[in-house]
Amino acid sequence: MTDTLTPGFADPVADAQACFRAVLDALAHPGRIRPVPPVEAPAPLCPAAAAVVLTLVDHETPLWVDPAAAAASGWITFHTGAATGEQARAAFAFALTLPDLALLPAGSDEAPDNSATVIVQVQSLERGARFELSGPGLRESAPLAVEGLPTDFADRWAANHALFPRGVDLLLCTGNQVAALPRSVTVRNA
Amino acid sequence: MKGYNFAYLDEQTKRMIRRCVLKAVAIPGHQVPFGSREMPLPYGWGTGGIQVTASILGSDDVLKVIDQGADDTTNAVSIRRFFARTAGVRTTTATAEATVIQTRHRIPEKQLREDQIIVYQVPQPEPMFRLEPSRVETRRMHALADYGLMHVKLYEDIARFGQISISYDYPVMVNQRYLMSPSPIPAFDNPKMDRMPALQLFGAGREKRIYAIPPWTQVKSLDFDDHPFRAINAPHPCGLCGATDSYLDEVVTDDHGGRLFVCSDTDHCAERRAAGYVGTDGMKEAAE
Amino acid sequence: MAYVAVKGGETAIDAAHAWLNEERRGDASVPELSVAQIEGQLGRAVDRTMAEGSLYDRELAALAVKQTAGDLIEAIFLLRAYRTTLPRFGYSLPLETASMQIARRISAVFKDLPGGQVLGPTHDYTHRLLDFSLLDPGAAASAPRAEPDRSAMPRVPDILGQEGLMEADGEAAGEPGDLTREPLRFPAERDVRLQALARGDEGFVLGLGYSTQRGYGGTHPFAGEIRMGEVAVEILPPELGFAIDIGDIVLTECQMVNQFKGSKTAPPQFTRGYGLVFGFNERKAMSMALVDRAMRATELGEDVTAPAQNVEFVLYHSDNIEATGFVEHLKLPHYVDFQSELQNVRRMRAEQQRVVERKEAAE
Repeated sequence: MTDTLTPGFADPVADAQACFRAVLDALAHPGRIRPVPPVEAPAPLCPAAAAVVLTLVDHETPLWVDPAAAAASGWITFHTGAATGEQARAAFAFALTLPDLALLPAGSDEAPDNSATVIVQVQSLERGARFELSGPGLRESAPLAVEGLPTDFADRWAANHALFPRGVDLLLCTGNQVAALPRSVTVRNA
Repeated sequence: MKGYNFAYLDEQTKRMIRRCVLKAVAIPGHQVPFGSREMPLPYGWGTGGIQVTASILGSDDVLKVIDQGADDTTNAVSIRRFFARTAGVRTTTATAEATVIQTRHRIPEKQLREDQIIVYQVPQPEPMFRLEPSRVETRRMHALADYGLMHVKLYEDIARFGQISISYDYPVMVNQRYLMSPSPIPAFDNPKMDRMPALQLFGAGREKRIYAIPPWTQVKSLDFDDHPFRAINAPHPCGLCGATDSYLDEVVTDDHGGRLFVCSDTDHCAERRAAGYVGTDGMKEAAE
Repeated sequence: MAYVAVKGGETAIDAAHAWLNEERRGDASVPELSVAQIEGQLGRAVDRTMAEGSLYDRELAALAVKQTAGDLIEAIFLLRAYRTTLPRFGYSLPLETASMQIARRISAVFKDLPGGQVLGPTHDYTHRLLDFSLLDPGAAASAPRAEPDRSAMPRVPDILGQEGLMEADGEAAGEPGDLTREPLRFPAERDVRLQALARGDEGFVLGLGYSTQRGYGGTHPFAGEIRMGEVAVEILPPELGFAIDIGDIVLTECQMVNQFKGSKTAPPQFTRGYGLVFGFNERKAMSMALVDRAMRATELGEDVTAPAQNVEFVLYHSDNIEATGFVEHLKLPHYVDFQSELQNVRRMRAEQQRVVERKEAAE
C-alpha cells in the first residue's frame, strides 16, 4: 500500500448518483451490463468495484473484505468510513473470487432485507462461462457470460435462490462495468 | 438551492435509501423498512415518494409529477416545484418525455417504457392493515406468506355483495410471493402493473417502508376463479377527447344532476385532443 | 356551457402563501412581535416546540412559533424539518439530572426531604382568574430573592433505592436507539420508547397517561419527584480524552413511583415510570412517566389489556407530525379513488335492483 491514497469520485454527488442508477438498472434487469463513472481505483480493485463501494458503503454498513484484497482496505475505510469485520455480520462483502455465499447473512423470513450484498470482481462480463437467467426483471430469459466465477456457480446460486425471499444479492464488476444477480433470479448453465 | 444538497437529501441519507431500494428490487413486493427522514413537506403528502425520487434523481433526468392523474393539481405542482428548486431538474407533463414519474393515485394511460421509472406515493404500505392493525402480526404473515385473512375478506365480500367490493388500493400478489398494496390507485390501473416494462418503486414516508416491482414482473390482482378480477370505470367516453379506454373523472357541472366525464390523465387527454380527437362536450367548447 | 378544466395551481399556491404571510402579521398598526419577545414571554410555547421538535434551540423555536402564528404543531414541524438537515458532530454523555441547578423540585411521597420542597415558578396554586391588569402593559414583575440552598438535592428514587425498596436504574445496554435515523422495530426497547414519548404529542401522551389513572392499565402511581432546572451537557471528544461542558439546558424530569408486588425473581418493591422533557413542562413529563410505566407491563409480568400498555399502539400514534400529516392529507384530492367508489356503489345498487325486479317478475 502506498502512503498516498487515490481520490474517490471526481464529483461525489453526481458520480454516486450515476453509479447508483447503473447498479439499480443492472439489478432491475439481471444480466444487463452497465458502465459506471470512472474512479482511480486502488489495487487490486477494478474501477467498477471501487465505484460501487463508494456509492453504497458507509459507516452504517459493516463490510467484509476478502483477505486477498486487503491492500485496498485502507482506501475503502478512508473513503467510506465502513467498519471492516467478519463475514457473518457483513452488510456488504467485497471479494476477488466468489466467497461461500452460505457464510454471509441471508436475512430472516420477517426481514429478508437484512442480508448481504456481495460485490465480486470478475475477469470479464463478455467472455467465459455462459449462463441463462430468468425471473423478475426479465421479459424472457437472458444470457450472461462471466469469466471468473467458479465452475459450479449455477449450483451455488441455486442454493442461494432456494432461500428466497432470504438470500444474498450479487454485483459482478469488471473494468468499468457492473452486472447484477438479485436473489430472485434463476441461473442455468447455457 | 443554497444551503442544501442536490435534491435536498444529504448524501448519507441518499445512500441509506438507495440501499433499501436495491433490496426492494431484489425482493419484489417485500416492504423494506427505511430510516425515513422528516421532510419539509407533511407526512401523508408524498414524503416517501419524494425521498425515493430524491435518491434516484440525476441532473439529466426529466421529471413528471402527477396527482390523481393530473399534472396541475396543487400537490403535484408543489412537489414538482420542490424538485425544480432543490435539484434543478427538467420537468415535463408529457408522459413519454419523462425518465422518472412520481405519482399519487394513478398510473398514466400511456404504456411506460423500460427506460422509465415510476415512483408511487404510498400512504399505507401494509395491504392487510384494515384486517389486522398490528404490524408485528402482519409482518409475521408476510414471512409465512399466510394471506388467508385477505382471502377470507374477499370471500365474505362475495357472499355479502355478490362481488368483491374493493374499488381502489386493490391488493395484488407480486411474483407469486408477496401480497402488496398497489397504493390507492383505482383497480382500473391494476392490470397496468402486471409485466410493466418500467421499474416500479413505492415509497411510504410516514410508515417508513420502501418496496418495488422489477420490470416484467407478474402482478396479479387477488380474485377467485368464479369471481375474476374486474376493473371498474364509468360507462362513458371522455367528454373532451372521446377516449373510451381511459380512466374517467366525474365533474359536477351544475346542481341539477349535470355530469361531465373526462380523462383523469390530463396529459393523455391533451395529447388526444391535439391529435384531433374530440368528445361530445369538447365540441361545444370548440364551438363557443 | 362548455367545461373548462381548473388550471393555475401554481398561481393559487403563490397567492395562498402571500395571504398566509399577511394573516400572520395581522393588523399592521400593532407593533410586530420580535423573536426575542416570544422567546422571553411565550416560554412555555417555546419549550413545547423544542421538546416535540427534538431540538434545543430557544431562538429557532421562537422563530418557528412566530412563523406559524402560534400553531405549535406547525412550529414543531418546522423545527423537525430543519433538524433533519443538521450534521451530527457527536453525542453527549448521559445527562446528570441529580446535579441539576434546581428551579423547582417537589415530591409527593415525603413531607420533607434533603434539599426540601422547592415550588419554583408554578401555576399550581394560582387561582385561575383572568388577570385584567395584564391588558395594559405594566411594570416588570419581580419576585423576592432568597439565598439559594446549596445543600444537595438527591433524587427521591435514589433515596428509596438506598433501602432497596426501589428497583435499580439498570445499566444501559449499548448505544441508545434513534428513531430519527432508524425505523421503529419491535420489540421496541425502553430507550426507543422513551425517545418516542419525549418527542410525542403532549395531548396524546396526556390522554394516555390519564387513561391509566382511570383503570385502563392502572399502575398505582405516586409522584416520587418532579424537578426542573438547568443541567450541563457534556461531550467527550476522543482527541481530548476528557469531557467538556458545551452548555446548559433546562429540563423537567418526573419519576413516578409505582407499586409492584414482586415476581419469582424480584422481591416486592417499587418500580418507576420515567419522564424527561426539554424546558419547563411538568404536564408532559408526568404523563410520559405514567405511559412509560404502563408500557413496561410485559417486562414486569403484568397483563397487557389497555391502550397505554400496547407498545405498538402508543409508539405508532404518539408522533404529532406523522399524525397531523396523515389526518390532514385527507384534504388532498382523492377524486380518483372516490370515483371508483362511486362507480362501485352505483354498480352494486344496479345489481341489487336487478335482483329485486327479477324476484317481482317471478311472483
